[in-house]
Amino acid sequence: MSTPIIECSGLEKWYSGVHALKNVSLTVNQGEAVGLVGDNGAGKSTLIKILSGVHEPDAGKIKIEGREVRIRNPRQAMELGLETIYQYNSMVPTMTIARNVFIGREPLHWSLFGFGWMDTRKMQHESIQAIADVDLHLRSPDALVGELSGGQRQGVAIARAMHFKSKVLILDEPTNHLSVKETDKVIGFVRDLKKQNVTGVFISHNMQHVFQCCDRIVAMARGEIVFDRPVAETSIDEVHGYL
Amino acid sequence: MAIVSPQASEAADPGRLHPSTAQGRISPVKRLLKIYMERPELVALVVLLALVLYFTIQSKGLFLSYQNLRGIMSLFPELAIMALGFGLLMIAGEFDLSIGSMFGFAPIALCTMTGAGVPFWIAFVLALGICCLVGLLNGTISLSFGIPSFITTLGMLFILRSLCVVIYQSGAAPSLPDDAPTWAFTDPLGFVRVSTVWLVVLSVAIYVLLERTNFGNWTRATGGALESAKSMGIPTRTVKIVCFMICSFCAGLAGIIQVVRIASPLPSLGDGIELQAIAAAVIGGIALSGGVGNVLGAIVGMAIIRVIDSGMVMSRVDANWFKFAIGVLIVVAVIANMWLARRARAIKVETGA
Repeated sequence: MSTPIIECSGLEKWYSGVHALKNVSLTVNQGEAVGLVGDNGAGKSTLIKILSGVHEPDAGKIKIEGREVRIRNPRQAMELGLETIYQYNSMVPTMTIARNVFIGREPLHWSLFGFGWMDTRKMQHESIQAIADVDLHLRSPDALVGELSGGQRQGVAIARAMHFKSKVLILDEPTNHLSVKETDKVIGFVRDLKKQNVTGVFISHNMQHVFQCCDRIVAMARGEIVFDRPVAETSIDEVHGYL
Repeated sequence: MAIVSPQASEAADPGRLHPSTAQGRISPVKRLLKIYMERPELVALVVLLALVLYFTIQSKGLFLSYQNLRGIMSLFPELAIMALGFGLLMIAGEFDLSIGSMFGFAPIALCTMTGAGVPFWIAFVLALGICCLVGLLNGTISLSFGIPSFITTLGMLFILRSLCVVIYQSGAAPSLPDDAPTWAFTDPLGFVRVSTVWLVVLSVAIYVLLERTNFGNWTRATGGALESAKSMGIPTRTVKIVCFMICSFCAGLAGIIQVVRIASPLPSLGDGIELQAIAAAVIGGIALSGGVGNVLGAIVGMAIIRVIDSGMVMSRVDANWFKFAIGVLIVVAVIANMWLARRARAIKVETGA
């Protein structure tokens, strides 16, 4: 078996007296789609925030592709190939699709100390391509993201992660507040990750959604991982029993 | 009704009425409408032209006289430069009330240095350096302590104004040196002055910074959705601080240009004009919440304010109505911009999916 893409061991996190993560160890293999479920306050978000560089763990180790790393900020997480898509905060609604796709990673004609002239033509061209690659068809890269529906926005966020060759895509409650049709679309995106050889971590409190697109279910409760089994060997009822 | 006439069914289905829309080709008129409505500075530009026309008729042509345009173009570039920097900061989602005091303080700092024997250009660079430092301070204090920049810069407004008066009364900054390079700031060029060149250069520079560089992309993201920008790894703190610095820089430069024009650094210079800059930015379509608008809007907004000011005088309206007119305009502009943006979104011409 190849080296796991993410290997966390003994992660601990306290928030001023609250023990949010208790000795959490989680291994995610290459190309797997893992569903992370649990109630509010179970520690899902804390774990994800540690992997996406928003928080640092108080104790424990993280290995990415076998190499031990410290993820200090979102930028470093992205450079390691971990891209997180949040329920709301992954797009800037007042900016165009092209600009959103390249936020923070703009292609530049030239630059000085990291500041430079954006290659807007390349941004337009590649953002159309990136969106088409996830089978989302938006005609103009100049439309504002604020004009898109919730599902389309998640699609653009996923397209962005794909375009930058992310190895792991972490989706934090991507189906919240979406219509049934749009939820199906997002679930479709997650299923398609495997074809592109991208590992997915899908966080949701909706068990149906997780079961539809994941290979493995990990459940958390009270800051600990209480359940970890392949989808084929379990059922929604069984997982519920652990929460 | 069971049977629907062909016309009625077509009207009910706009997609069928315009097959090109259904296939994704957008009628140019609709596209134009949308671009127009999404760019409030263009709306402001139309308002500006209408006002010019109105005041020209009202004043029987006096408004467009050479003398009057010269008068407008003396003051306008100075205030527009200030509005420009402020507009950028507002797009980044922050606010600066201290620009009026900065406008007064920078020339006093300059004259204090030239009075002490520092050559003009060195003093000029140092004075602008002080402006940038004040901006740095405004930004650092606001962001480090999590204070709304409205409050931090309100404090800075009083601090700088007090320093202006203290330095002025100590006699350290009596006047501008006689050999000050007016050619570089305020000498006439036809009916405009050199200050207009500064305005043009700075507007182009800041426009390009915002629209064409990655820094501009980060600025819009920071102002438009701070949490998203942070989660995408944008150094939002640095972005905001740089915008604070550019804002103070512009205000200080504008003050220096004015003092070179009137040749004497008064401690009350720029008192209250921060409100005009805010008004200009809002009238020009820059949203208080950040992320929306364009720095050129701030310039157009300032032009509208100057045209109203001068136009009322030229058409012999009691000048005390000036602030009333600006007040009405601010409220109307905000309502109109929000309405237009909603309409533009409703048209939704560019996404077919």
